[in-house]
Amino acid sequence: MYSEKVMDHFANPRNVGELEGANAIGEVGNPKCGDIMKIYLRIENDVIVDASFKTFGCGAAIATSSISTELVKGKTIEEALNISNSVVTDALDGLPKEKLHCSVLVEAGIRSAIADYYKRQGIDPEPIVGCGYDCDSCHGH
Amino acid sequence: MSRFVYADNAATTKLSQTALDAMLPWLAEGYGNPSSVYRLGREARRALDQARDQVAAALGAKSEEILFTGTGTEADNWAIRSVAESKKEKGRHIISCAIEHHAVSHTLEDLAKQGFEIEYLPVDECGRVSVEALDAAIREDTILVTIMFANNEIGTIQPIAEIGALARARGVLFHTDAVQAVGHVPVDVAVMNIDLLSLSGHKFRGPKGVGALYVKKGIKLPNFLTGGGQEKGRRAGTENVAGIVGMAAALTEAVQHMDEERAKITALRDKLIQGMTAIPAVKLTGDPVNRLPGNASFVVECVEGEAMILMLDAVGIAASSGSACSSGALDPSHVLLAIGLPHEIAHGSVRLSLGEESTEDDVDYILEKFPGIIAKLRAMSPLWEAKS
Repeated sequence: MYSEKVMDHFANPRNVGELEGANAIGEVGNPKCGDIMKIYLRIENDVIVDASFKTFGCGAAIATSSISTELVKGKTIEEALNISNSVVTDALDGLPKEKLHCSVLVEAGIRSAIADYYKRQGIDPEPIVGCGYDCDSCHGH
Repeated sequence: MSRFVYADNAATTKLSQTALDAMLPWLAEGYGNPSSVYRLGREARRALDQARDQVAAALGAKSEEILFTGTGTEADNWAIRSVAESKKEKGRHIISCAIEHHAVSHTLEDLAKQGFEIEYLPVDECGRVSVEALDAAIREDTILVTIMFANNEIGTIQPIAEIGALARARGVLFHTDAVQAVGHVPVDVAVMNIDLLSLSGHKFRGPKGVGALYVKKGIKLPNFLTGGGQEKGRRAGTENVAGIVGMAAALTEAVQHMDEERAKITALRDKLIQGMTAIPAVKLTGDPVNRLPGNASFVVECVEGEAMILMLDAVGIAASSGSACSSGALDPSHVLLAIGLPHEIAHGSVRLSLGEESTEDDVDYILEKFPGIIAKLRAMSPLWEAKS
């Protein structure tokens, strides 16, 4: 069911835990739905210099969180906002159909963190990030 | 892989050597059709007759009350749909409970669409049905009570003898899905006043693809499959001779050794429960006393079930979970919700089910590996961070 890449990122997740000096933190999901993702970013001069995550969820939720921290590192904010759920899915060599929502959730997690970054500076994030970063992507309830 | 511990005996069991030995002749030279009149056919017929006697003896039933089926699910469908069909002039009210296996609950949902009224009795936090609530629920137009013998997820055993006595006294047919119970705990259809009972061969170390339905003598049900005259015309189709013989051999063996195996497996289970519940925020699900010998089921707070199953698999432990993510569903198991667990807790369910081949070493290995897996997953869980 899971690709080797998913199993690798699940068994050996990259960048786990809180990030020291994080200046952008996003949390998405809902414990009722069975997955919560917290994404930590350190952004300097519009570039994401470091990233980490904490996730409660299934194998796919952990694997998508892990790979997205790798995907965003070194990217500009603009580039990071272009990381769609299908980019995440492709990077993992695919996800089972019933697990695709995990990649949607992690995309929202990145947006949520970047929104937090702008909010901390008193900038309205919505024109830049859009509004699809909250629990809308939760698959039920 | 260096170590493999099979702790999913509630899902299926390893075929016993006795069952395999009993089956092999009927997969090789004993290929005759039991309906044929010549010697090869007569031998197969005799094997079927003997298997029927064995299954009947294991349940305290008469041989003519045993009908062979393809699966436990088929037996459930046959029992429930047939009673509904044959009694619909008398009434359309059927009583069941909130934690039935889908083989029963989805069948009942289907009947509900056809105009039957299904009443699901609630269960308490241990998963037990109240006999008083059943008494109050039975009406003039109640045609069937169908309540499982023991639950597949949390292992709770229902007060079947009391339910049977009540249903008999009130003149309502009583069916029980005993797929998890038969071969593991004492089952006697006469003593327990059971009218219909479903069982499945592979849950007690028989082969897959074979089950049986017990129908108390005198209960007339419509034929389930039409065709040739097999199973007295009630379930047509050439019999799975090897499967039936293997199931009967496994059941006979299980019943013969039940007392000693029950004692051994219960002791291992209790050690496992004790070790697991010593981990912070890990709770036993189901009834601590009235429970299947092999079932050790838990909820682990702040961790998702499928993640645990995958990590257990990585160290060679086969277990299962009722979490939504492990089944591809959106909601966690209806059983865990019915015993009052909130969604977020029910997502962290894990079931370890032991069997005849489980050893103390297996339990020790699980207890050696599991705490580290929980700790690793909690270390990355924002819920655990918020809790601690």
